[in-house]
Amino acid sequence: MSELRRPSRGTWAVLAFPVGMLAVFFLVPFGIMLATSFYHRIEGGFYTPAFELDSWRRLLHGVFIERTLFSIGICLLAGAVCITLAFPFTYFLTRMRRRPHVTLLVLIMSALALSEVIVGFAWSVLLGRAAGISNILVWLGLMDEPAAYQPSFLAVLIGLCYIAFPYCVLTLYPQLTRLDPELTEAAQTMGASPWKTFWTVVVPIGRPIIVAGFLLAFVFTLGSYLIPAFLGRPEHWTLSVFISDQATFNANVPFAAAMALFLTVLSLGVVGLVTWIEGRTRG
Amino acid sequence: MDVRARGSLRLEGLVKRFGDVEAVAGVTLDLPAGKLISFLGPSGCGKTTTLRMIAGLERPTEGRIYLDGEDITDRPPHLRDIGMVFQTLALFPHLTVAGNIGYGLRIRGVPKTEIDRRVNELLALVSLQGLGDRRISQLSGGQRQRVATARALALEPRLFLLDEPLSALDANLREQLQVELRLLQQKLGITTIMVTHDQREAMTMSDLVVVMNQGRIEQVGEPLEVYRRPETAFVASFIGRTNLLRGEAADGVVRVAGRPFDVVGPVVAGPVTISVRPEDAHLHTTQTPERNALPGRVVFVRDLGELFECYVDCGMDEPVVVAGSPRERVHVEQGQPVGVSFPREACVVVEG
Repeated sequence: MSELRRPSRGTWAVLAFPVGMLAVFFLVPFGIMLATSFYHRIEGGFYTPAFELDSWRRLLHGVFIERTLFSIGICLLAGAVCITLAFPFTYFLTRMRRRPHVTLLVLIMSALALSEVIVGFAWSVLLGRAAGISNILVWLGLMDEPAAYQPSFLAVLIGLCYIAFPYCVLTLYPQLTRLDPELTEAAQTMGASPWKTFWTVVVPIGRPIIVAGFLLAFVFTLGSYLIPAFLGRPEHWTLSVFISDQATFNANVPFAAAMALFLTVLSLGVVGLVTWIEGRTRG
Repeated sequence: MDVRARGSLRLEGLVKRFGDVEAVAGVTLDLPAGKLISFLGPSGCGKTTTLRMIAGLERPTEGRIYLDGEDITDRPPHLRDIGMVFQTLALFPHLTVAGNIGYGLRIRGVPKTEIDRRVNELLALVSLQGLGDRRISQLSGGQRQRVATARALALEPRLFLLDEPLSALDANLREQLQVELRLLQQKLGITTIMVTHDQREAMTMSDLVVVMNQGRIEQVGEPLEVYRRPETAFVASFIGRTNLLRGEAADGVVRVAGRPFDVVGPVVAGPVTISVRPEDAHLHTTQTPERNALPGRVVFVRDLGELFECYVDCGMDEPVVVAGSPRERVHVEQGQPVGVSFPREACVVVEG
């Protein structure tokens, strides 16, 4: 009964469409990009088919290695901040009564509808001098005069966390909804305070999804280029900003392609590493 | 570890409402220390809600709870000194067997060597020696149940609460564990409250049975007393099987279908309901006695080898069931006219 049946002709037919779409719209562009990264760049304009390692060699320059480390660092940080906020938030959300529960969930979902451009602009206004948060603090008498908090590292971090937070919540939500309430009740009958229960039962049981949510936020923020561009100085730019910069302003498509591939491989590497560590350290 | 002296519980006018629904509608009860008390009733009768209020997992809408004379109504569950086995068992999937059993001790900051010693003691108590390093997913249903029991007893609590503790197991294993749990409870002398909907389980294990229906207590008593002297028609039909004979009382005489009946219990003029257990009724093939008997016709005969049952249509709403040992079986055929007699001491007048 439980033996897996061989897929029938019909199963293959159903699978053919998504597999085909994936091939056409993911693998083909990926191949084109790989090829382009080896093409020869014509200064001030276009590129011609060739096989050169120039673009890849350029990646080894100190400035790009430094940018790479910075990108990974800030995105790991954003992922960590996101999951730290999202996990308790989602847990308490799933324990709420139905009405506030649904309301909050809808609110979180609606934040997904905002494009990165709007989020970037909104935060640049909020953190700016003219109409930002500091004006409220001045009005409350907590500050003497309004100040600008962007562009800055913190502004970029806040922006990245803001866009990744809903995705984190949505990753955690299904699992935490299914967490048997009797597990936490059992802990309480054995003398664990609600706080202890959260740390000794909810967090350890949720560990795999915490890692999943963290990685999702990391990969997602690594791909954001508008937020760092809007809210940061050039020294706060991530690789994504440089990629779009190279592709659109410098018209150096081969180099942009090389950087994009490099970033993809690198993020896969980090994801693999974290997953491996998680698997190794699990009880 | 003598716990006999502690663990007496008093429930005073407990009421729990969920919105408009009254799950528990005024429960007052004294539970003696060291006994096993079962709350028995159909689903939705308020037994689990009552247990959860005792555990502190549910806050009573009204009423108080006293443990050894101390008011614990407003005390959160983690300060109540209780051990509980949940219906789903609620074993922690991220911990081993030993990790589960030692959880409460670890929370309390007991030194590791002491925890190991206690865990081994508890593993022996539930006959799971050597399984401390197993993962929960590697255990059978019966082993999981034992782990949950050991875990609940780890802190030597004053109250041991069981919420349908054996419902996930198959019938044979359930019967076996009922005996094991009861023997364990007697050995430790710990006050135990068990919620169950299985009257057989309640009869097997309890010192005292509390029958509940629609948020209220129907009857409290020792298992056999509740079985033999049910006070209401609900208790009579929920605990075991019964024949309910509807009759009339007038001038101190009870009549069912026009025939006089001698009964146990006070009789007031008006409609009367008599409960008679199937095993107390007798079949007559030749002559039906005048008193405490009804004529009828055999509808169906069931012979299970260990038990013989005969359904007789006596003109009531439901056929009268007569049960007995097959060795003493009176040979009757379907459709045969017979008489059924009900000895006086088996005719219990019930409410409703």
